[in-house]
Amino acid sequence: MLNLLRELKDLRKKGVLGMNRRNISYIGRYNERRLYPLVDNKLTSKRLAIEAGVSVPELLGVVTSQHGIATTELALREQSGFCLKPAKGSGGKGIMVIRRGTEGGYLRSNGQVISPEDLRRHMSNILAGLFSLGGAPDQVLVEALLECDPSLTGYSHEGVPDLRLIVFQGVPVMAMMRLACAASHGKANLHQGAVGVGISIADGRAVLAVQKDAPIKRHPDTGMDLRDLQVPRWQEMLELGCNCADMTGLGYLGVDLVLDKTLGPALLELNARPGLSIQIANGTGLLPRLREVEALRNPARLSVTERIAFAQAHF
Amino acid sequence: MTWLRHKTHDVPWLPGEKRQVWSVEARVEFEAQGEPVKVSLAVPQTQTRFERLAEYTASPGYGLAFVENGRERRAEWSIRNADGPQTLYYRLDLLVDPSLTVADTAPPLEAPSNLFDDSPHATSALHMLDSAVERSADNFTLARELILEFNLQKQSAGFLEQRQARSRWLKQLLNYAQVPAREVKVLTLEDGRRRQRLQTYLQVFQGERYQLFDPRSGRVGLSPNQVMWEYRSGSVLELIGGSQSDVSFSIINQEIPVSQGLEKEGDHFSLLEFSIHSLPVEEQALFKGILLVPVGVLVVVLMRVLVGLRTSGTFMPVLIALSFIQTSLLTGLAGFLLIVGVGLVIRSYLSHLSLLLVARISAVIISVIAMVAVFTVIAYELGLNEGMKITLFPMIILSWTIERMSILWEEEGPHEVFVQGGGSLLVALIAYLLMTNDIVRHLTFNFIGLQLVFMALVLLLGGYTGYRLLELRRFSVLGKGD
Repeated sequence: MLNLLRELKDLRKKGVLGMNRRNISYIGRYNERRLYPLVDNKLTSKRLAIEAGVSVPELLGVVTSQHGIATTELALREQSGFCLKPAKGSGGKGIMVIRRGTEGGYLRSNGQVISPEDLRRHMSNILAGLFSLGGAPDQVLVEALLECDPSLTGYSHEGVPDLRLIVFQGVPVMAMMRLACAASHGKANLHQGAVGVGISIADGRAVLAVQKDAPIKRHPDTGMDLRDLQVPRWQEMLELGCNCADMTGLGYLGVDLVLDKTLGPALLELNARPGLSIQIANGTGLLPRLREVEALRNPARLSVTERIAFAQAHF
Repeated sequence: MTWLRHKTHDVPWLPGEKRQVWSVEARVEFEAQGEPVKVSLAVPQTQTRFERLAEYTASPGYGLAFVENGRERRAEWSIRNADGPQTLYYRLDLLVDPSLTVADTAPPLEAPSNLFDDSPHATSALHMLDSAVERSADNFTLARELILEFNLQKQSAGFLEQRQARSRWLKQLLNYAQVPAREVKVLTLEDGRRRQRLQTYLQVFQGERYQLFDPRSGRVGLSPNQVMWEYRSGSVLELIGGSQSDVSFSIINQEIPVSQGLEKEGDHFSLLEFSIHSLPVEEQALFKGILLVPVGVLVVVLMRVLVGLRTSGTFMPVLIALSFIQTSLLTGLAGFLLIVGVGLVIRSYLSHLSLLLVARISAVIISVIAMVAVFTVIAYELGLNEGMKITLFPMIILSWTIERMSILWEEEGPHEVFVQGGGSLLVALIAYLLMTNDIVRHLTFNFIGLQLVFMALVLLLGGYTGYRLLELRRFSVLGKGD
């Protein structure tokens, strides 16, 4: 009991944001309900991004009905690599990455070969709403494959590493790089075993790396020293994150960015209920930073550059 | 409001310190045919262990009289003209008084005519009586041995029961052997029961004393919560001018202060007015269950907001807890695990068929029902009466649980399924333990104002921004930083 109280005091001191406070004081207060569909549906957020001039992975096609599956599958055989996503999926559920077509099948990014039949069934599952919130009927997005920027290869086993930014009232407050590894089966979610690297907002350098809530020094599969990790084109990434927050109008937003070989910084997806593990990866709590931003007078009127300057000076 | 009820109405805070009163409500239903109607219902009198405190009737438009003919007491309703479905209520408050004994006199012996003809039934019945007489010493042992004989010679017993009920045969055979006996109708008192039926027992006399026998098991005596409803060899319900008559009983248990129980016999309605207590007993029994739901809901809110347990389906644990109350805990747990386990296997087959979502869940619902049917039959064949209670589970909820867990299994692996399934069961268990607690049951039922307290607590918790208990562990790495 005493132990628990001490732990509680420690967390208070560190300013760790808990689930209840996140839901009530931040998501509930700063995110308007009517704006949720913009980010919950990847198709609308993609259209929004294209309008706002934010670069996104190329959209190869959308499947909206069962009978569209067969034709889409035929068309995909010509493609070198692509990615299937449920439009309303959350937490990376239902995403299937195909490297290239092989004899009578497709090669997945994790080396598994699947038949065209499997691919069609996966699309059918997505349409039926297997991966969507609340099981609502869904659509399949077919996106072009992203290619990892050479400066970051080696930090990720399978899949492209992505950068999660928490943008609060237009100000980036915390960042984390998520690296897939063998233990996470190519997935970039921390609770599935991916490596999380806390990134300093000031210069894009690694602060701390954790896997399964425990600090680590090297990437478990590639052996790269994670402390050397520095996100290239950091300023551009931050600007992109701010632009994304501005275009949605959400006050508390999780932005997932990638650095593509040809596109440069690109938007992967948006999240109106970003998780809290980013605090573990950074070794510090979100609350003090959020409070500093709340103390700003009218942050919305500041320009993107001013906001980034503020963030880099403070966090 | 709750305080007021305690102070002015003297409703006790805690159960158990008071006298126990059973309120029994008989509900007579029938179809009137537009003619004069006369309904006569047998009603019990003060008897061993139970003292009649008060009785009430609700019967709009009917004339009512309590008739004592001979030693039998009946409620008689009458009306000149009635049409369509009719419902009459008779309510009786029985005070439990373990020291009370009421003597009874033996009924006259009847000469059972159908034992004197030479039909195969008579021969077979008299044969059984002969072997029972040989093994018996007095009236009581004869009754016991006769029931035993019926249970041993299943074929003859089955043959006899085609003609008339076993209790009737037993009574006739005993009378034939010069033993005074009669059939009585017994009601088992169980708190919160609705639509209860009467059971037939056998009352056997020896001089001034009598004993009751269960004609099925041969068990002697009544359990403390059984009351004789009709025990004068009459019929329970007689109806003239109607058809499809039916009588069913609802029972609730109340604790009444000794003083009140004795003084306020007549008007205990006015005492407890403006409360659920003024409803018919059947509705009261229903509310006794419903008023417990907020307790379960509160547990869910506590566990999710303060502790941070993940459950599959927000209020599924409450529904599971409610069905545990019906089934008893162990049977419920075993049944739940069995159905969900087998359901997951079936569901994993269904996922190969790549069905649409609604169709898939419908298929799961149908298989859950099939499973429940199979398990019930197996349990019955094995003689496990407990197993038959599986039918009380909410099937649709179970199917959704299976569906969710199966998706969880595919996406996050079995670990997450056990975490959430375990979480749900844990919450259900806590909710069950609270909801079956006598004090909690007593408080929620007698103090409706507590619902507002629950509401306030839930609203308070809704604004709680502190850490969840499990978050302390999750973020403990952060705390140790310095």
